Amino acid sequence: MENSSSLYQQWRLVKDSIARYGVIAGGMGVIIAVVMIFFYLLYVVFPLFLPASVEHKVSFNLPEKDAGKTVLLDMEEQNELAARFTDQGKIVFFKISTGEVISTESIKLPEGTRVTSFSQGSPTKDGIEVYGLSDGKAVLLKHKFDVTYNQNQRVISPSLSYPMGEEPIELDASGAKINAITAQIGATITTVVAEAGTAIKLISFEKEESLFADEASVNKTESLIDIPAGGVNKLLLDKDGSYLYVVTNNGSLLFYDINDKSSPILKHTEKVVEDTHKITSVSFLNGDLSLLIGDSSGVVTQWTKVRDKDSNLVLKKIRSFTVSKKPVIEIKSEQRRKGFMTLDGEGNLGVFHSTSEKELIKEHVSQELVKSALSPRANGVLLQSADDKVVFWTIDNEHPEVSFKTLWQEVWYESYDKPDYIWQSSASNNDFEPKYSLIPLVFGTLKAAFYAMLVAMPLALMSAVYSAYFMAPAMRQYVKPTIEIMGALPTVILGFLAGLWLAPFVEENLAGIFCFMLLVPLSVLLFSLLWEFLPAEIVKKVPEGWDSALIIPVILLSGWIALSSSLTIEDWFFNGSLREWIKINLGLGYDQRNSMIVGIAMGFAVIPTIYTIAEDAVFSVPKHLTVGSLALGATAWQTMIKIVLLTASPGIFSAVMIGLGRAVGETMIVLMATGNTPVMDLSVFQGMRTLAANIAVEMPESEVDSTHYRILFLSALVLFAFTFIFNTFAEIIRQRLREKYSSL
Amino acid sequence: MMNQEKLKAWIDSGTPWIWLNATAVSICLIMVVGVLGLVAIRGTSHFWPGKVMQMVYKNDDNSAPKTLIGEHIDTSLMSVAMAKANGHVMAENEDKLVQFLMKTGNRDLTGSDFGWILERNSKNITYPKELVVIERREWGNFYGNLLSLKENGNVIAEGDALWNKVNEKLTTSLAIFEEIKKLEKKEIGAVNYSLERLRLQEKSLQLKNQLTADKEKEISAEREILNTEYKKFQAQLTELYQKGRTISVVAKIDNGSELEIPLSKIVRIYQPNSMSVIDDIGFYFTKFSEFLTDDPRESNTEGGIFPAIFGTIMMVIMMSIIVTPFGVIAAVYLKEYAKQGVITRTIRIAVNNLAGVPSIVYGVFGLGFFVYILGGNIDQLFFPEAAPAPVFGTPGLLWASITLALLTLPVVIVSTEEGLSRIPKSIREGSLALGATKFETLWQTILPMASPSMMTGLILAVARAAGEVAPLMLVGVVKLAPTLPLDGNFPFLHLDRKFMHLGFHIYDVGFQSPNVEAARPLVYATSLLLVAVILVLNLSAIIIRNRLREKYRALEG
Repeated sequence: MENSSSLYQQWRLVKDSIARYGVIAGGMGVIIAVVMIFFYLLYVVFPLFLPASVEHKVSFNLPEKDAGKTVLLDMEEQNELAARFTDQGKIVFFKISTGEVISTESIKLPEGTRVTSFSQGSPTKDGIEVYGLSDGKAVLLKHKFDVTYNQNQRVISPSLSYPMGEEPIELDASGAKINAITAQIGATITTVVAEAGTAIKLISFEKEESLFADEASVNKTESLIDIPAGGVNKLLLDKDGSYLYVVTNNGSLLFYDINDKSSPILKHTEKVVEDTHKITSVSFLNGDLSLLIGDSSGVVTQWTKVRDKDSNLVLKKIRSFTVSKKPVIEIKSEQRRKGFMTLDGEGNLGVFHSTSEKELIKEHVSQELVKSALSPRANGVLLQSADDKVVFWTIDNEHPEVSFKTLWQEVWYESYDKPDYIWQSSASNNDFEPKYSLIPLVFGTLKAAFYAMLVAMPLALMSAVYSAYFMAPAMRQYVKPTIEIMGALPTVILGFLAGLWLAPFVEENLAGIFCFMLLVPLSVLLFSLLWEFLPAEIVKKVPEGWDSALIIPVILLSGWIALSSSLTIEDWFFNGSLREWIKINLGLGYDQRNSMIVGIAMGFAVIPTIYTIAEDAVFSVPKHLTVGSLALGATAWQTMIKIVLLTASPGIFSAVMIGLGRAVGETMIVLMATGNTPVMDLSVFQGMRTLAANIAVEMPESEVDSTHYRILFLSALVLFAFTFIFNTFAEIIRQRLREKYSSL
Repeated sequence: MMNQEKLKAWIDSGTPWIWLNATAVSICLIMVVGVLGLVAIRGTSHFWPGKVMQMVYKNDDNSAPKTLIGEHIDTSLMSVAMAKANGHVMAENEDKLVQFLMKTGNRDLTGSDFGWILERNSKNITYPKELVVIERREWGNFYGNLLSLKENGNVIAEGDALWNKVNEKLTTSLAIFEEIKKLEKKEIGAVNYSLERLRLQEKSLQLKNQLTADKEKEISAEREILNTEYKKFQAQLTELYQKGRTISVVAKIDNGSELEIPLSKIVRIYQPNSMSVIDDIGFYFTKFSEFLTDDPRESNTEGGIFPAIFGTIMMVIMMSIIVTPFGVIAAVYLKEYAKQGVITRTIRIAVNNLAGVPSIVYGVFGLGFFVYILGGNIDQLFFPEAAPAPVFGTPGLLWASITLALLTLPVVIVSTEEGLSRIPKSIREGSLALGATKFETLWQTILPMASPSMMTGLILAVARAAGEVAPLMLVGVVKLAPTLPLDGNFPFLHLDRKFMHLGFHIYDVGFQSPNVEAARPLVYATSLLLVAVILVLNLSAIIIRNRLREKYRALEG
């Protein structure tokens, strides 16, 4: 008996300690889980700011050294195979891991001819290489790496094809040697530009599918361009074959519109390097919208075509990079991003990103570098040095497009005529330049919050003051929960009403709305004046503190008057339409879903938050303070202003802060009540896009762990930190206030 | 003179300011009541059968007058100048332009359901009793006159007998439709589900290298059975479809063209102009119950919202199950076990502030952490056979519930803690003095006494979760879920499924739908439902809280 009892006692104690540790573990767990939110967001955002790195993998001797000098190195996507194009028209395919040669192909060189020029077209779009020969002919070829799977093993096999046939095609009938050449292949048109003899020849071959004949006929168009002063250094065609760039030996860049192949138009000539320097390397940036030009002083400049004042296409320098003190030997662009790689005369490898203007990597590789290939995924680089060694480095460069500048400062994007803040995270095409400026979003967020506070602050604070201090307790008992219930309304419903009911309503009755804003205070003042002068018998019938009930009909009446006179007012003062009037006289466009709508709807959502806290603060001002003031002869309003508000001001301040926090993070209302265009416009009649709405719109579509994904996390982190700091601050102020009250 | 002084005194005393403050309160009240009233009126009027008008309408150009049939939805006024700017010819004596928004239906024939017409051009407005409205499963409403009823191309009813016959045949047709729906959703759905499970089972065995010949035989035998069953149902279905297709009504629209509508495509036929008030009320309640219990039709713009109601409830229940224990434990820890000091105060402030963190941030966290990291790993560990299709590595009910539980955790913690701190110290000390351990005191005295406040917290959490949309858009809500998260197929509760939600429904139908005008009444009705649920929840929380306060006041006294 005693035994079992003591067992029971022990069991009780065991249970107690189990519960103790259980609760402690559970409680701590919950708190840790909550803290984890912050750290998880940080964890996702963090890689954005990690530096890029390179790592040396293998080096080997140049494969097939006797096949000639390298004119081009190229790699395939998996970083397994590479190709070396030589000046003898040979193409050597080899393994990157060992340098072992897989196959060596050769183009058909007619007897007695040699290769005099070579170029590679845009690698991103059906890459094409072209050899110009000494007899005025050229060979176009494409190399491909085919991936097949054999029992879940990846097999990559290289192949060559000749889109214009294996026989060299004739470009110059006189047989002059081709000094510079470039080509671009399209779906139906193949364009070749070559400098041979006395002119630059622009030749296009258009395939015409005939309905009857099996074979397609080829239409050849030819036109001539004068060789510019200084002689041709390099020719470049963009990927669509619509614009031709001619780089001269004296540092000029000529820019032709060749959309009409039979009559090329010179659009612009620009001296792109200083007289004392020479152009040493040129490359398109991915997308072929801008050119990177490296000079003998080690500077790379980026030129893009923009429209000038007269909407002519001209070339404009938008930024420059100082790569080294020695000449820039080669520039290779990434194929999926706006990054590029440089080799300089000191044997350094540099990796840059154009939009973020960042130098991501600078690494000394060898004494002198000759040629390089950047992997299509930009995660590996193959370098050939002057001593005929080849090295392979891997690059870890996940988020080059993010820098402080791209997020928070004006950036000069390709094809824009000036630097700007732009948020445009994605587009359908692959070579799009993502624009990640958070400024328009932050601007939109603050703008929405500002207009919301403009509506909410006066209404909520004035209501709080009145209901805490002047209102009859019997009325307050109902009013307070009613306004608090406002806060419980789902924001999706407020957003829906704002977008689909309020926005069209305001658009239709714009004049009436403004009229209402003026009329309400006026009519209330008028009414109160009347009330004051009314005989005391009538006034006394309404108990003290029920004024606001008394005013409701006045407000409704003035609202009705304002709205029903809307049309008349527009007719009399604004030529029939206030919207048109605003557009003409103030130059402001009118969006149906604009800041005013957001202000009203979000104000509605924020009012209860501010009201509750401010009301509490005002209501709990110790009574003896107010009674004392009144006893000394101050009027109720004087007491309010001089005593109550001053005492409660920290509480009111914290109420406003918490309200602001809510307005900043609100998602659904802004999502539904604005057009969600990320514009930077202060006008009350324009919409905006906020950080929160932006996350809601773009998050589901963003690819996991991409830069875009991490930037969206960053904006979530910004929101989190912003509201958390604001709320904590407000909370501390409130606690202080509570202590102060209890000591009073 | 006297009055002027009085006026000055009045201004100096600050009374006008007090009046302005009172105005602010009044405006807030008007706003709340206005919004609730707007939602209530628009939401409830959706189900009322509108009368259909017929008129002779003549366009401003010199075209011949034509008959127009439709429901009047809205009226808009335009000033003369605006009207002129928009290209309307205005007569001298006109001071405004009145336009009607008409719902004319017949989208399949005319291209749109709605149209604006000019009031001044509409003549001879009548409400003919024989006008019918046909609610169809596709192409929206039909407005016009019934001509005849055909079976296999032969007229079987016309004239006076037509209306009764149509109603009679429609009843059978609707019964067939119900049967088809049951077959498709329940029977065939179950077979498909079993087949899919079998496929996964096979693949899983294959991955583990345990797919022996015996097992393979077993599986294929089972599959054979299911396939025969499937064929049987399919045959039944074909038969039912054929049966449903034989009868059709022939009807005429306002421009005179005729249209044959199979009965199987009809939900309801009614003659709004010949319905009495009692008929209207009956109609109202049928529509209302359809709204609550039916599936959505026509990309959510018609029909019911049952899946959304069901999804919301499921999500809220799941969330409650998760949030209550954790919230209560955290509160008990903070209040009863943790040493009170700077740290607990900091934690308290932090927890409090989490309630102010934007909900979308929780959504981002839920998507990144729960869906991609946790879900992705669960898939790799437990569902390798389903790859590449994700099971838990995609937004779904479970992740939505957990995310919202996290979001509402502060509400429960704060409320419970408040309840705990209201319990007088004497009760705790009394229990301990009688020899109870701390746990026994907690379990038998304190928690039961604090239970109403936990309840309050939970109710507030539920109310918040039911109205929250932004995070759900990232972690599990879809516009149209083919299956409910709870059904008759093992394991009955499918936590990995995506679900529909009332709040998201409002956003989606109101803003993403191709036919917003047609969807608007339904969105109002959905809003009303959501508002009603949330108001009831909040009011009950307030009532519980007030009762509680009084109870403890008595205890303290």
